Amino acid sequence: MGRKILFITTDQQRYDTLGVNGGQVARTPVLDQVAREGIRYERCQPTSVVCMPSRASILTGQFPSTHGAWMNGVALAIDAPSVAESLHDLGYATALIGKAHFEPFMDPFGRFAENALASLGIPTVEQPWYEGRRGVHRGFDYLEFATHGVMGPLHYAKWMQREHPEALTGFYPVVDGDLNVNAAGGGDTGAVQVKFNDVPREWYHTDWVADRTIEWLNNQSDDTNWFCWMSFPDPHHPWDPPSSERHRVNWRDVALPANYPETASLRESLLDQKARHWRLWYEGEVVSNYEAPAKWVPATMTADQVREVNALNAIEVELIDEAVGRVLGLLAQKGWDDDVDVIFTTDHGELQGDFGLLFKGPYHVDGLLRLPLIWRPAPSLGVDPAVVHAPVSLVSLAATFLEVAGQEAPPWVEGAALPTSDDEANAKSFDATFTEWDSVLFGVSVHVRSVVTGDYLYSEYRAGTMHDGTEGELYDLADDPLQRVNRFEDAAFAHVRSMLAERLRDHETRPGDRATPGQLVAPV
Amino acid sequence: MASIRHERRINAPADVVWDVIARPESIVEWFPGVIAASMEGSIRTITLASGLEMPEEILTIDPSQRRFAYRITAPLYRFHLGVIDVIELEEDDSLCVYSTTAEPDTLALIIAGGSIGALNEIQRIAEAWAKGK
Repeated sequence: MGRKILFITTDQQRYDTLGVNGGQVARTPVLDQVAREGIRYERCQPTSVVCMPSRASILTGQFPSTHGAWMNGVALAIDAPSVAESLHDLGYATALIGKAHFEPFMDPFGRFAENALASLGIPTVEQPWYEGRRGVHRGFDYLEFATHGVMGPLHYAKWMQREHPEALTGFYPVVDGDLNVNAAGGGDTGAVQVKFNDVPREWYHTDWVADRTIEWLNNQSDDTNWFCWMSFPDPHHPWDPPSSERHRVNWRDVALPANYPETASLRESLLDQKARHWRLWYEGEVVSNYEAPAKWVPATMTADQVREVNALNAIEVELIDEAVGRVLGLLAQKGWDDDVDVIFTTDHGELQGDFGLLFKGPYHVDGLLRLPLIWRPAPSLGVDPAVVHAPVSLVSLAATFLEVAGQEAPPWVEGAALPTSDDEANAKSFDATFTEWDSVLFGVSVHVRSVVTGDYLYSEYRAGTMHDGTEGELYDLADDPLQRVNRFEDAAFAHVRSMLAERLRDHETRPGDRATPGQLVAPV
Repeated sequence: MASIRHERRINAPADVVWDVIARPESIVEWFPGVIAASMEGSIRTITLASGLEMPEEILTIDPSQRRFAYRITAPLYRFHLGVIDVIELEEDDSLCVYSTTAEPDTLALIIAGGSIGALNEIQRIAEAWAKGK
């Protein structure tokens, strides 16, 4: 019997929302314990700060500029490589339960398998796959989907529509009548994407994802090797956790985030140091990407709204922690625990009040770039617990899963398996990670490339409708951990800028085959 | 208002490409996700794989210009205009242009996204017909 893999993801979760990472709002005893038993990564970075490209990178082990799903609304090619397919080939049972999002959600034509499977009532479909073979959809022989809310065709939404129609109106409507991300406010403070939701906790999607995962695991035999991707849609907005849980965190008691500038003048002066689209978005003059509500102006956000969003976000994080605890409890009950690798992470971060902003977009700072990542190798291996400070990337997950399964990484994988210590990270040259952003939406185009090293965060803005190709940001992570002082034009940092620009050029010209970039077919 | 255009070079005579799209009910053959279409006067009602029904008004079917124009009249749209042009480049070489202008903008993106798949199918069918002739 080999090692089983429980891969847990959340959506849009900041590094500092876990207790073990210094979080002060949510209590996360389960994940904190997993981290103490395993390897906790201090600086894990996504390949993209939006869902679809980042999730495609997790699956393919490739950067967006290689796998071709370069922005939300661009489907990952149906024949893209998939680590799940490689594991399936090795005899693993493979499941993805929860949020996938390799294909667009907004699909009234029903063209994409993720949207069709719930209607078809079958666990997967045969598709063309990498190198001309056919196989189960993206390598998963069991798929059951959920996303944020109860509208649409996915399994969780259909279950709610069928079993609990009376609870549907409790959820925040994710999009408005124009199918834009909703700007409506709610809660006590009128905060955007907030709603008090009277859905019973056991019907909420966090518990549903855990319930369905438990059901699938219960159907596996002791000697089956399995790869189970349990993918929670939270704490991504909307922030509408079950109202029964609101007692956990009183927003009035929540401190403002360290990187929330409390005066408008300070916010504006900090934003003015950055590339021009930051301030333009803050003022509501330009919304460069669909993921931010088009009719919401960040400058209108109050400190209390930031507090309430953070409180509700923390409640969602706590529910996830408890759901993970239930699944880990099942593994222990079945006597599988010693042979299961548990990996926990998210797809990207959330600004959550930093610089007076919310949500995500082409804003490459720690709120979006620094992610929680925990790997607890199967206890039977006796791997020493560790904290890895070297920069690592989600692009390494595919190779890591294959290493767990005893396989070398295939040539299409761009990231090496995660190191289990700083010594190993040094030996394997884990010294820089890269994040890409490309968006072209309704006449606004933004293109960003960023590199993070142990010391610096550096971004270059390529020519687009917002930038002329000369702008950039450079932050000294040791002296300026909140990334408030842009050193891009600072002569004293010219050598650093030159060195990091070279790293970005190396990334752009790295060897390997690139998929034809996909076409934008939906907003998300 | 968003206006989005996709085009496709097709190795088939323009008249062959036009024949693929000219009959309104033929949309079920070349627009992925449209599973039924019926006509009543100038009103075409299409049914999508998601179960959604959408009424459309056919505005122009002009074989001389090889131009097909229609508008979706479902209440979700404040405005929609879809135009498919088939342009002759050479005797056996055509350009098919599918334009979508709509408000809300998001819906333009969704319909235009579907039109990429439609162009794939129009190309496949037209090139097969041309090869068979």
